Amino acid sequence: MKLNLRIWRQDGENSAGRLVDYKMDDVSPDSSFLEMLDLLNEDLIVNGDEPVAFDHDCREGICGMCSLTINGVPHGPERMTSVCQLHMRHFSDGETVVIEPWRAKPFPIIRDLVVDRTPFDRIQQAGGFISVRTGSAPDGNAIPISKEVADYAMDAAACIGCGACVAACKNASAMLFTAAKTSQLNSLPQGKAEKDRRVLGMVAAMDEAGFGNCTNYGECQAVCPKGITLDFIAQMNRDYAVASTKKLFGCAF
Amino acid sequence: MILDAKIPDGSIEDKWSNHKFSNKLVNPANKRKYNIIVVGSGLAGGSAAATLGELGYNVKCFCYQDSPRRAHSIAAQGGINAAKNYQNDGDSVYRLFYDTIKGGDFRSREANVYRLAEVSGNIIDQCVAQGVPFAREYGGHLANRSFGGAQVSRTFYARGQTGQQLLLGAYSALNAQIARGQVEMYNRHEMLELVLVEGHAKGIITRNLVNGAIESWSADAVILATGGYSTVFFLSTCAAGVNVTGAFRSFKKGAGFANPCYTQIHPTCIPQEGDHQSKLTLMSESLRNDGRVWVPKDPKVSEQLRNKDIRPRDVAESERDYYLERKYPSFGNLAPRDISSRSAKEACDKGRGVSYTGFGVYLDFEDAIGRLGQPAIEERYGNLFEMYERISGDNGYETPMMIYPAPHYTMGGLWVDYNLMSNVDGLFVLGEANFSDHGANRLGASALMQGLADGYFVVPYTVANYLARVGAGAPDPDGPAFKEAKASINDNLNKMLSVQGKRSARSIHIELGRIMWEYCGMARDDAGLKKALQLIPELREEFWSNVRIPGTGEQLNIELERAGRVADHLEFAELMCHDAHDRDESCGGHFRVEHQTDEGEAKRDDENFSHVSVWEHQGVNTAPVKHNEELVYESVTMATRSYK
Repeated sequence: MKLNLRIWRQDGENSAGRLVDYKMDDVSPDSSFLEMLDLLNEDLIVNGDEPVAFDHDCREGICGMCSLTINGVPHGPERMTSVCQLHMRHFSDGETVVIEPWRAKPFPIIRDLVVDRTPFDRIQQAGGFISVRTGSAPDGNAIPISKEVADYAMDAAACIGCGACVAACKNASAMLFTAAKTSQLNSLPQGKAEKDRRVLGMVAAMDEAGFGNCTNYGECQAVCPKGITLDFIAQMNRDYAVASTKKLFGCAF
Repeated sequence: MILDAKIPDGSIEDKWSNHKFSNKLVNPANKRKYNIIVVGSGLAGGSAAATLGELGYNVKCFCYQDSPRRAHSIAAQGGINAAKNYQNDGDSVYRLFYDTIKGGDFRSREANVYRLAEVSGNIIDQCVAQGVPFAREYGGHLANRSFGGAQVSRTFYARGQTGQQLLLGAYSALNAQIARGQVEMYNRHEMLELVLVEGHAKGIITRNLVNGAIESWSADAVILATGGYSTVFFLSTCAAGVNVTGAFRSFKKGAGFANPCYTQIHPTCIPQEGDHQSKLTLMSESLRNDGRVWVPKDPKVSEQLRNKDIRPRDVAESERDYYLERKYPSFGNLAPRDISSRSAKEACDKGRGVSYTGFGVYLDFEDAIGRLGQPAIEERYGNLFEMYERISGDNGYETPMMIYPAPHYTMGGLWVDYNLMSNVDGLFVLGEANFSDHGANRLGASALMQGLADGYFVVPYTVANYLARVGAGAPDPDGPAFKEAKASINDNLNKMLSVQGKRSARSIHIELGRIMWEYCGMARDDAGLKKALQLIPELREEFWSNVRIPGTGEQLNIELERAGRVADHLEFAELMCHDAHDRDESCGGHFRVEHQTDEGEAKRDDENFSHVSVWEHQGVNTAPVKHNEELVYESVTMATRSYK
């Protein structure tokens, strides 16, 4: 199939960027979107041009590294699919495809389609863990956890930290990402001890990094390749309200 | 090269306890005087960095990805083994140990494997405590499933994303230590050189992948957890960035490389579609719990299927060959990976393959759906069926999936002793990057176990022994050894950039992959390996005279990154072929066609090859020198593997 690509090119964080047009004449519908870009880069390199820089690694939808906005939609047109698992059979012959990086102030562009997502790490460092010394854990079956709770925690834990939620949000909010982690750990008995500290710490880190707040549009949920839902944001808001009230009144439980 | 495995005395059950007791300790107040570098942030590196930080050491951890959470351990799907015997089906530490030794075709080091089995239960406890959402039964207890090469159910799992959940557990522990200031994390940094000072590993040189800066880092010890090297085949189940550079550069600095020819070809991957392909996607081996593998008995029927003249469901039961069930009745579809892969190749080589390239077999869930209903299968493998459909366009509930083996895991790696230290003092190697636990074939759900065992429960003890012996005192990162290493890196990068030829590094990598798959893949022979040993240096010459890398070294340059990794693969591939050629026997995943039984099974030669082959670098374009570590089995008796 033939494609017209319009790709965002930018040399560095402080350089001006622009959309550049490329034509592809022979794309296999069975190839993945990133393989299509591999072929474009192959042509560019052989012709002495600089290839388009984009992030990718596992190419099987789990590492969360790939991060392209395709025709205005983070991860492109297929629901529950990250770019690396998007295949060209979902595009039509002769189509114009616009490819841009994640666009959000806390994710500055490093080059072309590569952005800096380290603020996500900082949010996790502010409480996205259960403090347990290696080797000090009780037997894995010591605390029975109902299947419902385990499944709920697993649903939340499915987040791959790609940042599509932020890119889709008009507020550049990281609440879906943050809520997925607080909900996973806060719902489990092992995580209860640090529940309040966790949600207060992570929300503060999120605000400090410059992410906006949630205004319930649900764009994040719509683009999430792992099906993380807004329910987790509601849960985080509840946990946050409880924790801040307790803090306000200085009560321990 | 001195290879002293330092296996402790005593019975196999007591070795690790005795060793921990006799190890030197670093007292808590002194730990802060030591600096440790960890390269890699996957299960092994992430857990090691977190645990060492928690103990009070100053840790610097490096990864090439944009976050430590993205290391390729994340892609492991099926599960992690542990000898908990929660299923009351007769499991024990000894049974897990024995299964792993046998699965590795008696080519792994007994004492290390026993320790792995011994700490396996602690791993599950640790991960549960961290909040890893393992699958549970309605009663609230942990669920298990079965995996290849075992007749007990000992695999713990978190849907089809066990690797991601365990990695996020290690990442969370790492984050806690980063927040405490005990670990400094360097993302988008790639290790390009190991630095030795007076024969001890005392630092590394990295390239900052964002701005190209070449930087020196010094420490009291260096831990490599840089993963495997299946990307030497270009097409593999690995992430695009997986590379051999960290391990290979250490090899060039004197570390022994053990058994590089031991590679695992995973049986359940989505078959290759065309030349555009950049990777092969694995689907968890757990699918073989309920899926049945078959091809038509008659190659003519296969041809009709390839041409889409008939559909798989049109093939009568009596016309199908469930070859694993036929050949290995007691393990059936759960035969170990090497055996399952080879059987698929054999069927396809006889013209019975069913995908349009001829290299694919069916994995059929019809019976399981009939027996358990589709919802039960969805509950177990739903995400894998979705993934299959996304990539192939086919619905696995309605028509059998097609699978074919693909390069996956590498059992070979840098040689380490019982302390996980290489023959270079102060250089520790963990996880897939070392060689010790899986012999010639790894069983499913054992890689995650090994990575976490090494990082959480082994190296934190054994590194202290080394540190207490040498005392604190990381060298000056601007000292002569570092300056020299930096200069050589810069020279190498400039040399690569200045070629300005006509070919991309990727196209050369694809060509290398074809050579390796053809001559050093699932079946190897004398003539083919000799051919590869002739072709690889030619291709290396082509690379250094005709590669084209646009841009400069002082920027984010994806082609420079790629080219550096390909350059190392072009040297490493030769080492692999030397090893495969030298090992004139078949064992596990290393199948020399000259050595097989009448039924086509791998035929070991214990008399001549019951050893670890450890290679010492002699220079590029010079054959490496081999040293042997004899494998001594005190607790188990070497036997011919049988899964019949």
